[in-house]
Amino acid sequence: MMVACLTLSAAVGVFGVSFGVASVSAGSSVLQTCAISLLVFTGASQFSAVSVIGSGGSFGSALGGAMLLAARNGVYGLAMSRRIEGSLGLRMLAAQMTIDETTAMSVAQPDPRAQRIAFWFTGVALYFFWNLGTLIGALAGNALDPTTYGLDVAFPAGFVAMLWPLLTDARARLAALLGGAVCVVAIPITPVGVPILLSALAVLVGVRRPREVAS
Amino acid sequence: MTWTLVFVLAAGAYAFKVTGLVILGGRTLPPVVDRCLALIPAAVITALVMKDTFSTGRDLVLDARAIGIAVAVVAAWRRVPLIAVIVLGAAATALVRLIS
Repeated sequence: MMVACLTLSAAVGVFGVSFGVASVSAGSSVLQTCAISLLVFTGASQFSAVSVIGSGGSFGSALGGAMLLAARNGVYGLAMSRRIEGSLGLRMLAAQMTIDETTAMSVAQPDPRAQRIAFWFTGVALYFFWNLGTLIGALAGNALDPTTYGLDVAFPAGFVAMLWPLLTDARARLAALLGGAVCVVAIPITPVGVPILLSALAVLVGVRRPREVAS
Repeated sequence: MTWTLVFVLAAGAYAFKVTGLVILGGRTLPPVVDRCLALIPAAVITALVMKDTFSTGRDLVLDARAIGIAVAVVAAWRRVPLIAVIVLGAAATALVRLIS
């Protein structure tokens, strides 16, 4: 389990390098880029924000898109609250680490003790590798053009991989299809950043009860 | 990127995490809200992939990135590890740019 946690964390570190490159080429300073990874610490929101700013979007649309993506960490927090025990301070610290990977690694473990260990171990390793990767990418970013090595595709490619396990559910597939379609239709007709916000309307697929949705 | 945005992003992202883990804790939300929230990653991440693959600013474009993402989709479908999906997608895109 430790090996799986470490492998995942190191892989995410590489993702961190591509965040560092993306952020610096979108106009952030090295210090800002590192501060984002240290403080925000949720990859999807970070990428979304720098990508919207980089393509000329406003403060509001950058923030809105990033916050929509950050909202799911609240849902993960609800799931993890039954597994993470301890003082208020410890739970406040656990909150910062409540993201896709830590939640996924934790809920995959068979018993409560292993779930706690997986959460903390993945959280600490991931925090280290993500921020190290960001620093490396931010420093290298000024020196290299991300399109040369296809690094501009690293982010969406990584998301394709993270998306895949979610799509086993029929409603998630429908939401993904609608979200993607809304975004593509909205790109030429709305300001930069807005298509991502509009895509969230696809979650209304969830209003209907599961049994009533044909799968 | 401004420092204001950096700190507002940090505060907002942490607010969601704390709300879920510490404040709401074990409380349960109405099932309909739960069902909708659970679909956010699928909908929004797909939209991000579409935007980063098929657009430049407000223009829809079809270029080397589409090949890279197609390779990434096949790799993900074959259950290749995350890091390999990233490397394959980036390499395919770089290769198409090199030969075109």
